[in-house]
Amino acid sequence: MTVLVDADTKVVVQGITGHQGTVHARGMREFGTKVVAGVTPGKGGGNVDGVPVFDAVRDAVAATGANAACLFVPAPYAKDGLLEAVDAGVKLCVLVTEHIPFHDMLVMYHYARSKGVRIIGPNCPGVASPGKAKVGIIPNVVFRPGRVGVVSRSGTLTYEIVNGIKEHGLGQSTCIGLGGDPVVGTSFVDALPLFERDPETDLLVLVGEIGGTAEEEAAEMIRTQFSKPVVAYIAGRSAPPGKRMGHAGAIISRGRGTAASKVEALERAGARVARFPYEVSEIVAELAAKAGRR
Amino acid sequence: MVKLTEGRGKELFRKYGVPVPSGTVVSTAPDAEQAVRSGKVPLPCVVKAQVLAGGRGKGGAVRFATTPEEARAAAAAILGATFQGETVREVLLEEKATIVRELYVSFALDRGARLPVLMVSARGGVEVESVGDVDIDRQPVEPFPGLAAFQRRRAARVLGLSGALGADLDRLLGNLYRLFDREDAELVEVNPLAVVGEHLLALDAKVIIEDDASFRHPEYAAIHDDRTELEEIAREKEIAFVQLDGNIGVIANGAGLTMATLDVLKEFGGAPGVFLDLGGTDDPQKVTEAFLLMAKAKPHAVFLNIFGGVTRCDTVAKGLVAALGTVPASERFPLVARIRGNNEAEGIAILRAAGVASVPDLRESAQLVVAAAKGAA
Repeated sequence: MTVLVDADTKVVVQGITGHQGTVHARGMREFGTKVVAGVTPGKGGGNVDGVPVFDAVRDAVAATGANAACLFVPAPYAKDGLLEAVDAGVKLCVLVTEHIPFHDMLVMYHYARSKGVRIIGPNCPGVASPGKAKVGIIPNVVFRPGRVGVVSRSGTLTYEIVNGIKEHGLGQSTCIGLGGDPVVGTSFVDALPLFERDPETDLLVLVGEIGGTAEEEAAEMIRTQFSKPVVAYIAGRSAPPGKRMGHAGAIISRGRGTAASKVEALERAGARVARFPYEVSEIVAELAAKAGRR
Repeated sequence: MVKLTEGRGKELFRKYGVPVPSGTVVSTAPDAEQAVRSGKVPLPCVVKAQVLAGGRGKGGAVRFATTPEEARAAAAAILGATFQGETVREVLLEEKATIVRELYVSFALDRGARLPVLMVSARGGVEVESVGDVDIDRQPVEPFPGLAAFQRRRAARVLGLSGALGADLDRLLGNLYRLFDREDAELVEVNPLAVVGEHLLALDAKVIIEDDASFRHPEYAAIHDDRTELEEIAREKEIAFVQLDGNIGVIANGAGLTMATLDVLKEFGGAPGVFLDLGGTDDPQKVTEAFLLMAKAKPHAVFLNIFGGVTRCDTVAKGLVAALGTVPASERFPLVARIRGNNEAEGIAILRAAGVASVPDLRESAQLVVAAAKGAA
């Protein structure tokens, strides 16, 4: 396994009989992913495009050996769906569902962690390693196998930037869309060590957004524990001051969380910070040319 | 997020057993007088504007009364007045407390730790941002097993509360955490939590409820705070829509791409006036509605910047073309489109048939729309 997914990844799609589930199960298979099962309670016994559907994740895992789950379960039922996947023994859960209350996410995260299960998301596009596997919804068209790693809090902005890398004649090793919710299963500091260890990643692109302090924490790790070149972009430099922060939120972040604070922390850590999305692939191409590899 | 006024916050406090002064919320001056005469609100009392803005005391939005007539006059002076852009529609009347000490207590989310955090400070009654880190005690709360007794004891020690007051705090923290958890709050803050005689009283209540939990809390759906009329319509249609000061309308999909688009427009001298995040949709009808909503905001030019994933380019193109057909010629505005990603070729073909070109380069398309907005101004 390189970063999170590879040719041995076998995916069970929870919510496969819904529109999104069906469409993206198909997209994953077109990417070359082994989609071995689907789960929709009450619809077991059928199939979607030839993928067998089960009533319970436990049944799907027993019958197919699925080791990763991709969830398209509506928000009110997402917590239960995830607990079920963890209970069934899958090791990776990609939670595409958006609008999950963070109180639910707190329970999901701490339960999954206690069982050694990694969650990507919620409200995220998932993970993809071109030529190997994809668990999630990132459009297949943006990818090309290569040696640039991408980790991002955004969705479509990730596609934009990954596509830019491809248009510069380069490719990606693994791309992880972490999701931008207040509580995520995998944050930048959780993902960085995976790329540090990955022999197929030469350079990392980090795409952040204003709000929270995940980028500042990532910068600290990049400074002390990350040896590969990093190109970063922070969206929202011109956004009006956030309405989200309550008083207590302001104490927790203590002046951090602004675009300026993130850019400064990343630059101090030695990252090249792009000012605009199109500059990311330009800097990546420049660094790749200097390193003499494509 | 739904910010509750102090009065609504205190209703929740009462429901969860967090002690608050005797009081009531009224919306007319005669009702204020009646609330005092009937004994519902003991004298002397405080009359507080129910607005979300801070600094009410300094702004004249908090007054005192010692007679029913004074309560009426205070309410009359505050109701209908405007504080930091908010018009006062309700006042809270409650018994004035004789404060011995002012403390600070809150539960909030620590995103980095992925845990709720209990924060307490002996320095309450002032803006908490002005309190130094050393004076605020933080304890993360694990979802299993929840707020533990030893954590409540520690909070009591930090706040210097013992005996009956310590027992009061123990109960209060347990109840406040229950409220935070069950009501899906982002923030529950009591500042000040006052020592009044031998008891604790929550003299203010700041509660913010998370939007995403509305499926199990429909009771908060009707509360809208600082949204504009168009923002309210957008919310009903589940479109993220924010009005700013500029004149360029931006329609994009995804928060990150929307923000990046604003950054690029600013760089080229543009001033975004409205941004509208389509989110993920493959329903052309939703795109049409979004576009018509944008038209109502009367932008000088519109930039459509879509990267197709869940939202396919052809879906957006179909929705856009349908909308263009219904906007009267007098309300038309220059449109620059950039659609990339899933089903890009199909989308571009649909737009071209309707006379709209898609400019694939972000720099170039952004400069075009900035120029178009200047031309229309």
